[in-house]
Order: sequence, then C-alpha cells, then structure tokens
Amino acid sequence: MTETRPRSRNSPYPLWFFIPAAIIYGVLFLLPTVSSLWFSLTRWDLTTAEFIGLENFQQFFSEPFLVKGLVNTLIYAVTTSGLKTVFGLLLAVLLTSNIFARGFLRTLVFFPVLVSTIGIGITFAVMMHPTKGIINVALETIGIPGPGWLTNPTLALFSVALVDVWKGVGLATLIFIAGLAAISPDYYEAARIDGATRLQQFFRITLPLVRPATVIVVTLSLIGGLRSFDLIWAMTRGGPGFSSDVIASVIYKQYQAGFYGLSTAGNVILFALIAVIILPFTLWFNRREVEE
Amino acid sequence: MTHRIKLVLAGASMLLALVAASPSHAEVTLSFLIDNSPDTVAAAEALVAAYQAKTPDVIIEIEQRPGGGEGDNIVKTRLATGEMPDVFLYNSGSLLQALKPAQTLVDLSGLSSQAKVDEGFKTVVRADDKLYGVPFGTAMAGGILYNRKIYHELGLSVPKTWAEFMANNEKVKAAGKVAVAQTYRDTWTSQLFVLADYYNLHAAVPNFAADYTANKAKYADTPAAMKGFERLKDVHDAGLMNEDFGAASYDDGLRMVATGEAAHYPMLTFAVGVLKQNYPENLGDVGFFAQPSDDAAINGLTVWMPPALYIPATSRHVEEAKKFVDFAGGVEGCKIMIDTNTVQGPSLVEGCDLPADVPPVVKDMTPYFEAKGKTTPALEFVSPVKGPSLEQITVEVGSGIRQPADAAKLYDDDVRKQAKQLGLPNW
Repeated sequence: MTETRPRSRNSPYPLWFFIPAAIIYGVLFLLPTVSSLWFSLTRWDLTTAEFIGLENFQQFFSEPFLVKGLVNTLIYAVTTSGLKTVFGLLLAVLLTSNIFARGFLRTLVFFPVLVSTIGIGITFAVMMHPTKGIINVALETIGIPGPGWLTNPTLALFSVALVDVWKGVGLATLIFIAGLAAISPDYYEAARIDGATRLQQFFRITLPLVRPATVIVVTLSLIGGLRSFDLIWAMTRGGPGFSSDVIASVIYKQYQAGFYGLSTAGNVILFALIAVIILPFTLWFNRREVEE
Repeated sequence: MTHRIKLVLAGASMLLALVAASPSHAEVTLSFLIDNSPDTVAAAEALVAAYQAKTPDVIIEIEQRPGGGEGDNIVKTRLATGEMPDVFLYNSGSLLQALKPAQTLVDLSGLSSQAKVDEGFKTVVRADDKLYGVPFGTAMAGGILYNRKIYHELGLSVPKTWAEFMANNEKVKAAGKVAVAQTYRDTWTSQLFVLADYYNLHAAVPNFAADYTANKAKYADTPAAMKGFERLKDVHDAGLMNEDFGAASYDDGLRMVATGEAAHYPMLTFAVGVLKQNYPENLGDVGFFAQPSDDAAINGLTVWMPPALYIPATSRHVEEAKKFVDFAGGVEGCKIMIDTNTVQGPSLVEGCDLPADVPPVVKDMTPYFEAKGKTTPALEFVSPVKGPSLEQITVEVGSGIRQPADAAKLYDDDVRKQAKQLGLPNW
C-alpha cells in the first residue's frame, strides 16, 4: 500500500493540466469542508448566521446523550467491524474451497450488499417485532421466549449491529476472496509436504498473507461503522429513548430540530473522531507491512 | 350598415372572443404546498376545485410534502432558499415563530376573512401585532380516547380524577383487556400524557407559560408540571399497557381502541380522521375525555389549534394568493373543509357551524368548549419553547427506563438548548 509520490519537478504534465481537476475538487470538496467549519461556529437558520464562537461545541459536549452516542458509536463500529472481518474471512475460506455450487453460494453471500439499507432495516424491524415478528414467533414454537430485540434498551444497538453485519459481510468476503486468490498455491503445497495440518496452514500461511485484505476490510468497515446512520434510523430511530443513538443520529436530530449550526458542529466532531481513529490505525498497519 | 360591414364586425368580435379565451390571457398559476395526510389532501383539493369554479383565470397546483420533522425541514429549507410555493400550509404556534414570520411571510391582517376568525386562533398566527395566517381546519384537543363498548360492558363511567381513571384501568385489566394502549414505535405518540396535562398544570400554576418562556420556571422545580411524567410512570408500573408497546405504531393504537382490544388511548382528536378512514364501522364506539387531574373540580381540556395557510414574502403572485387565502379562511372555505373533511373539534370561523352528525369523539368535546374556562391552548401555542427530545424522554419514562424526576431535569436541559438556539432573552 505504499506509493512513491511524483515530485512536481519531475512531473511530465504542465501545471495548467491540473486546473480542471483542482476546480472540481475545490468546489465540491474543499469549499463545503471549509464553509462547514465556519458554520459550526455560528447560530445558523439557513438565512442568517450569527458568529457565536465555540458555543456550539460546548453545547454538543454538554448534551447528556453525546457521551452515550459516542460510546454507542464506538461499540457499534468495533462490533460490526470485528464480526465482519471474522465472518468475512471464514466465509471466504469456505467459498474458495472446492465446495458444491460455489458460484451460487458466493452470490448468495453478496446479495444483501446490493439491497437498499432502508429496505433491510424496515424488513428486520418487522421481523424483530416482540410479539408478532417471525423471529420471536419461531422461538416461541420451540419454547424459548424471545426478547424485545429492538425495544429492550440494552439489546437494541446489538440487534441493529447484527443486521449490519449480515448486510455487510458479503463485501468483506469478496475482498478476502480476492486476497486469498493472490496467495500462491506453492506455499500450501510446500506446507503439505512438510506435513502441516489444515489448521496450521490457516494460521501460518493464510492469515499472515491475507493481511492486506484484512487491513482494507477493517478500515472500510470501521469507517462505515463510525458514520453509520441509515440502518439505525430505519430500525430504531435511536430508540427506545436514546439507547441506540449514535453520533450520526444525534446530529440528524439536531438538524431536524432546526439547530443547523449545532448539527454542523456535530459533523465537524464526527469528522475529527473518524480522523483520530482511522489515521493512526492505517499508519500503524502500513508501517508493519513495510517492515515485513 | 351594409351586410359586408356586419360580416367584418362579426368576424372581428369572434376573433376577439377567441383571443380572450386563449390561454395567453392574463392567467396566473399559483403553487400550493400541503402535507400528504389524506385528510389534508382531500380538504385542499375541495378548496381548490371550489375556488377555480369561481375564478377560472387562476390555476392552483397542489404540491405535497411529508409531515412530521421531515416536512418541517422541507418548509424551512425552501423558505430559506426562496423556493417556497405561493401558498403553503404549516403549523401555527411555536413552530410558526421558528419561521420568523415578520421577515419571511406576507402580512394577512388586512384580509376581510380575518373579521370572523376566532380570537384564540389569531394569537397563534400573530407576530409583531400582524396576522400571518388563516385557519385550515378545526381546532382539536389532547386527551384520552376510550372505547365506549368496554365502558358499557364493564359499567364504567368517565373518570373525573386520576384515581378514578386508574380504578377503571384495573377493572379493564381484570377483564382481560389492555387498559391503556401505548405505541412507542411512533415516538411522538408517547408525549400525550405530558402535553394533554397542560390544562391541569395551567389551573395549578397560571403563570407557568410566561415564567417558563422567561427562564424563571422549570419542569423539574414545579410539582404540577412533573405530574405528566408521573402519569406515564404510573401507567407503566401498574402493568396496564399492551405487551408490544415498544414496537406498536400509531395505527395499532387506533385499531386497539376502536375495536375494543384496548380501553384507552391517550391521543389528539385529529385521530378521528384516520379512525373514520380505517375503522369506519367502529367510529361510533370511540369516545373522548380530558386527561383527569387529582381534583375533580379541575377538569378541563388542553386544546390544539389547527395549522394555517401562509404566503411567503418571495411569492411572485401575492395579490392572487391573498384572494385565494381569503377565500379559504372565510366562511365558505371553512364550510367546504368541514363538508369534505373529518371534523376534529369546534370551528374557528364565526358562521361556519359543525354539522349535527359529528362522531362521538367530537361530541364529547363540546361541553368543555361550552362551559367557561374549561379549555386552554396547549403549551406549545402560548410559549415558543418546546424541546425537540421530549418524545424520546417520554418513551423512556413510559418504558420504565428513566424516573420522572430525572426526565424532567433532562427535558429542562433540552428546552434550554432550544431557547438558546432561538436567541430568546434571559437564557
């Protein structure tokens, strides 16, 4: 994942060549980023913006549920990212082995990735209904009283996380399949000749050599988990009460209430949070890769 | 006059008539933004049809938007970007004040229809002594819908105090039915026990609204204000609610109280519209009473004002829009809405009376309105401050996650945030 950056002196292209790209980048990315930094310091009603310094940030951090939203965001990101990585790798190993109907099974795993998140959220919300949902009805027939998947405040966040894993594991599997395909079969052949068991092959060959794919999966799913919103909103709207609120849903609620400056401040905080977590993580992973 | 000249004249007048009838004649198209609830759409379509029959040179195009918070966003954004249609429907009261009417809307004080509009309604569309809206629909109230069949079967009578209400609940529960339907999938429905208790709060602390707006009174420090939260907890702790209260929806609640699965459902009387549409054969089984207090002498109704029609300052056809709004806000417009729509409560236009065959829910409201001092507008119409998180907080109290005292404190924080954002003095 390392790249050598071309020095501008050595670049074969003249400077004006970059101008169109720079304009697009400036208008579509740089300008909104800078202006959102400005608006986060104002009391903003979309027509007038009054500068109030860091008051929005102060308000956001004194928000009784920000801390809870922050903790929930981290729990959610780590749970989904961890499970997606583990299940993704296991499924990838299964789906690269010589099993029956491999192509069909691969499609089956990838299918949920293609379906609309809101659609999945609504469907699962119906299936997880405490008395009429298919999950609890099925559990009841075998004599187990099902919990209130989305109405129990300690359970709601994890129920959503599990659905997120189900939906996202296909993408992780796909990346792992690509990573596994890149490992030369020679290693396995040599290992077999030395008498290595299947398990030894997995831990000594597959796991270390699939590291680039692992880094991609963990990074992508961690970022996705930190900023996830649509599934949570479709399934619980942050509820019951505030028990499954994450930063993104807290921000959305501020926006909905018409607190535009405050919600922009929330977005700046979310941006900073993702940068603070992801940046050292990727740096650390990349360095280790270079060392090996 | 020779025959030829006659012919020429006839031809010319025919041409003139043709020109006059062609669409190039000064014809104006007004756009009209409403929310997408079936009741609103029916009323708006009937209004537009009647108005166009009278004024064929004005064409009115109806545009729909979602309701709730999402609709609020659309209205605020379109108003701020100057994309607002010529006439739009929006809430009155505190939500209207958030639109800054003095800067963004056209003054409608001069409309002839205003003379007959109820004085109580005018207070909720007024800013800086100018009126910015005309009423759309009838007033409604917050309280408790009840199933009259269950009441009849169990020999219950309409409770005058909270203790009587809870006693009724125990009897309903003993009879194997749900005593109080709660529907926290649609979180807004959880607020009723708190919001509909405002009449009782107002009776105990008459200055509450003014002090609350001025940051002098708090929910957490006012025992009468805490009652609403305590009611929620009472009902939860007594195990009177439907088992799936956390996942049930607004429509589930209406079904339960209409079909007799549940005896009570705290709700606004605008539910009559959906009841009539979804459970027409059960409409006669649903009655209504105000949320009782601890004192039988204090028994009155918390009233919600209907939304209003407004004209944005950015409209390019202000004169034509004013004429349409004047029509809608007058007696004729009011009658059209009452005829097409479900009546949710008393009319706010003088000379526009309710039909005799209103459903029981509306009939049950009449005594409160006829007696003096038995109604008061809800808090959100007399104070600009209303915290946006109330519905999540009431879900928590109603689910037993949070205690009333803690909830009231939390709500005070939420209100402080909103007041600061509105830039109110003293906060």
